[in-house]
Amino acid sequence: MEGLTLSEAEQRYYCDLFSYCDTESTKKVASNGRVLELFRAAQLPADVVMQIMELCGATRLGYFGRSQFYIALKLVAVAQSGLPLRVESLNTVKDLPLPRFVVSKNEQESRHTASYASDADNPASYSGVIPPPPGRVQAKKGSVSHDAVQQRTSTDQESTSPVVSPQQSPPTSPHTWRKHNRHPSGGNNERPLAGPGPFWAPFSEAQPGSSAAGDPIWSGHSPPPHQENWVSFADTPPTSTLLAMHPASVQDQTTVRTVASATTANEIRRQSSSYDDPWKITDEQRQYYVNQFKTIQPDLNGFIPGSAAKEFFTKSKLPILELSHIWELSDFDKDGALTLDEFCAAFHLVVARKNGYDLPEKLPESLMPKLIDLEDSAVVPVVSEVGDQAGEVGYSSSPAEAPPSKSPSMPSLNQTWPELNQSSEDTAIVHPVPIRMTPSKIHMQEMELKRTGSDHTNPTSPLLVKPADLSEENKISSSVKFVPGNTVADGYSSSDSYTSDPEQIGSTVTRQRSHSGTSPDNTAPPPPPPRPHPSHSRSSSLDMNRSFTVTPGQQQAGVVAYPPAVPPRPQPSQGTGPHVHRPVDAEGLIAHTSTSPQQIPEQPNFADFSQFEAFAASGVNEEEEDEIETHPDVLQAEKPSDSASSLRAAKTEGRVEDKAATSVPNNTGKGTTPLAPPPKPIRRRLKSEDELRPEVEEHTQKTGVIAAVLASQPSIPRSVGKDKKAIQASIRRNKETNTVLARLNSELQQQLKDVLEERISLEVQLEQLRPFSHL
Amino acid sequence: MERIALLSPVCSPHLQNYPLYIRSVPTENELKFHYTVHTSLDVVDEKISAMGKALVDQRELYLGLLYPTEDYKVYGYVTNSKVKFVMVVDSSNTALRDNEIRSMFRKLHNSYTDIMCNPFYNPGDCIHSRAFDNMVTSMMMQVC
Repeated sequence: MEGLTLSEAEQRYYCDLFSYCDTESTKKVASNGRVLELFRAAQLPADVVMQIMELCGATRLGYFGRSQFYIALKLVAVAQSGLPLRVESLNTVKDLPLPRFVVSKNEQESRHTASYASDADNPASYSGVIPPPPGRVQAKKGSVSHDAVQQRTSTDQESTSPVVSPQQSPPTSPHTWRKHNRHPSGGNNERPLAGPGPFWAPFSEAQPGSSAAGDPIWSGHSPPPHQENWVSFADTPPTSTLLAMHPASVQDQTTVRTVASATTANEIRRQSSSYDDPWKITDEQRQYYVNQFKTIQPDLNGFIPGSAAKEFFTKSKLPILELSHIWELSDFDKDGALTLDEFCAAFHLVVARKNGYDLPEKLPESLMPKLIDLEDSAVVPVVSEVGDQAGEVGYSSSPAEAPPSKSPSMPSLNQTWPELNQSSEDTAIVHPVPIRMTPSKIHMQEMELKRTGSDHTNPTSPLLVKPADLSEENKISSSVKFVPGNTVADGYSSSDSYTSDPEQIGSTVTRQRSHSGTSPDNTAPPPPPPRPHPSHSRSSSLDMNRSFTVTPGQQQAGVVAYPPAVPPRPQPSQGTGPHVHRPVDAEGLIAHTSTSPQQIPEQPNFADFSQFEAFAASGVNEEEEDEIETHPDVLQAEKPSDSASSLRAAKTEGRVEDKAATSVPNNTGKGTTPLAPPPKPIRRRLKSEDELRPEVEEHTQKTGVIAAVLASQPSIPRSVGKDKKAIQASIRRNKETNTVLARLNSELQQQLKDVLEERISLEVQLEQLRPFSHL
Repeated sequence: MERIALLSPVCSPHLQNYPLYIRSVPTENELKFHYTVHTSLDVVDEKISAMGKALVDQRELYLGLLYPTEDYKVYGYVTNSKVKFVMVVDSSNTALRDNEIRSMFRKLHNSYTDIMCNPFYNPGDCIHSRAFDNMVTSMMMQVC
């Protein structure tokens, strides 16, 4: 390219702009995106822009290299100063002011900044940090302003203003525009209470609410001073008169004109616009919007059809073109209807426009439909589900991967999500995929919701993707579409969901870590295929129960690979197991276990039992008899708990009373049953009775049996005592808890699988419904 | 250099195929391209009628190269509602493959449907949507 000499300030400025535009850091800028925005912000006629592009050679190259970019910027400056565009002018024009780029959003800010200019000194700071002007800002807005700075930086990154980049150090002096900016900002600090009134009137019958709503809109003042700081980087600009934000003055006038239609109160309000993020909706505003939404659509989770929305917003007397643009911005999923969030965004934009703010080119982040409206009744699970689609299904999830084609369509499926209390569904066993799930925002929020309700954080990743229906449904329905940007890759804490679920499900079992079926062993391989819901899925619920009881017991026995988190129960007398074992029991156990589909854990039991059987056969008959009496349903006692201890007790001491005592809890409601037909009556009893008890008892007994087998010790003398009874009782309780938890776990897993399947099917449907694939 | 023209469906008997949107880069000789687009309508109609009815497959939506002239090539695309897209590209721009043209039309179509979803847009109005403009501009920039 032709040699281009840039002054130091220009060099800096252009470099900053180039970095700003060079979003991909490829050292060349495609001739679209930010560059276009930049040129548009230069407020030059389109043909001039074209001419510039041609001159700098970008048209030829197809992109802007650094030199092309610089030349283009210089030409912009040339054009803005009214000089004819010529290549020669690049180097011949001396003292060319820096190109000016207008930021649509900033015009208000600049105006306000101007108003503050008197207080503001232009910090001659070239530092990239935007100096917060706390002093300048109203007290209440001081903090906001600081945030605004950050946010403005971020938002402006999206907007057309490259000046926003914090590294910008273009020299600006707000002086020139200070003057004429000052006047509109007469009432900076006034709360625009009256303002909203006339504006809101057409929208609502209730006037008072509107004023309250209108006020908060303008609470944030901060940006103006910040703008000023941004803009006014140097007090002594190398090129004297130029302001990076000079366009603000131009905008000012135009804005003032456009604002002329607004009331004076609106004008005042303008200045106090919420800049921390100009587009942030305050709570009062939101409440107002929600109320307005209700007048049109009573169901907060429903949609407002386009026609109704059109009527509503037409009342604002904005030109149709602008309303059309507002619609384009706010109808995020492009479905022709407005959800609550979309409606609030649209309403907010209308209000902003009414008050003189230019509409942004893109929907500001704060107005984007949220993932979950925790505070609102309408939960909008917009999730970066596109990433989830791929992610959750495959359990990988990078939320931000949403294909752009899907992102705009997201909120179309905004629905109210049912409360987190799931309707438990019995579903087929699902694959035990350990779902360390997508840390999508919706997940996280739901997790948090659940977390608040749970008193136990059990970070068990494999088991908990989301306990539930709600989250899964949310993900599924909203999944296909949403905004990637909203996903938050939070660490996924599955335990939360788990813990809350049991609570939701109504588990009253005290959760003890040791009992948790969802062990804290996050990295453990998934437990054996989740069993169907024990309480209702099978007629042979006994089996399920048994399996449940087996598993935890086995855990404790350490026999199987089941989540070993549970600290191994003291198995004092492994050897006593055999005593517990009765041939009949073994049979029963084997019969039961054989019917249960699951279990890997079962297998060892099975094997164990055979050994056990042999053992028992050769074992002490009298002991057995004792045990038989006391533990009629000792079919499977993995835990060396009650049964074991009781056995031991019986064994060592031959104390029937101990056995009786221990057996009492076991036989709660059962009474001692003669061993004679132990399996059958036991089975019957178990089936008929509350499953938990038999589970527990079976479990305990089985555990004991297993333990005994493992230990393979005929007898271990045990000290007997009351404390033993207490220990046994506590062990029993623990086992019960464990069982319940295990069952809950399986239920949750099933629910999870159901939801995932639903999600997949919905995604498939969605794909089918999309006639055109997005590019 | 290319132009993009959006033409309306033949909805009103007296207003046939008026353009809803015309955009060209660069902007000189615009009239010439208006003319080109208008004349290409005949070819589009020809192709539509040749296809027969009930052809809503997307493949048929894309009409392909309508006809090449000495300077440029004209591509056509018609939506299910008979809204026609006509794209004129410079013949010297040989980098444009058919797939790219298809994708561009697809994008146009998507943006057009988004516009239609806007209740403030009355079908038949000229298109003033900024989003649409941006999309078209970016698309054209990619090509130019």
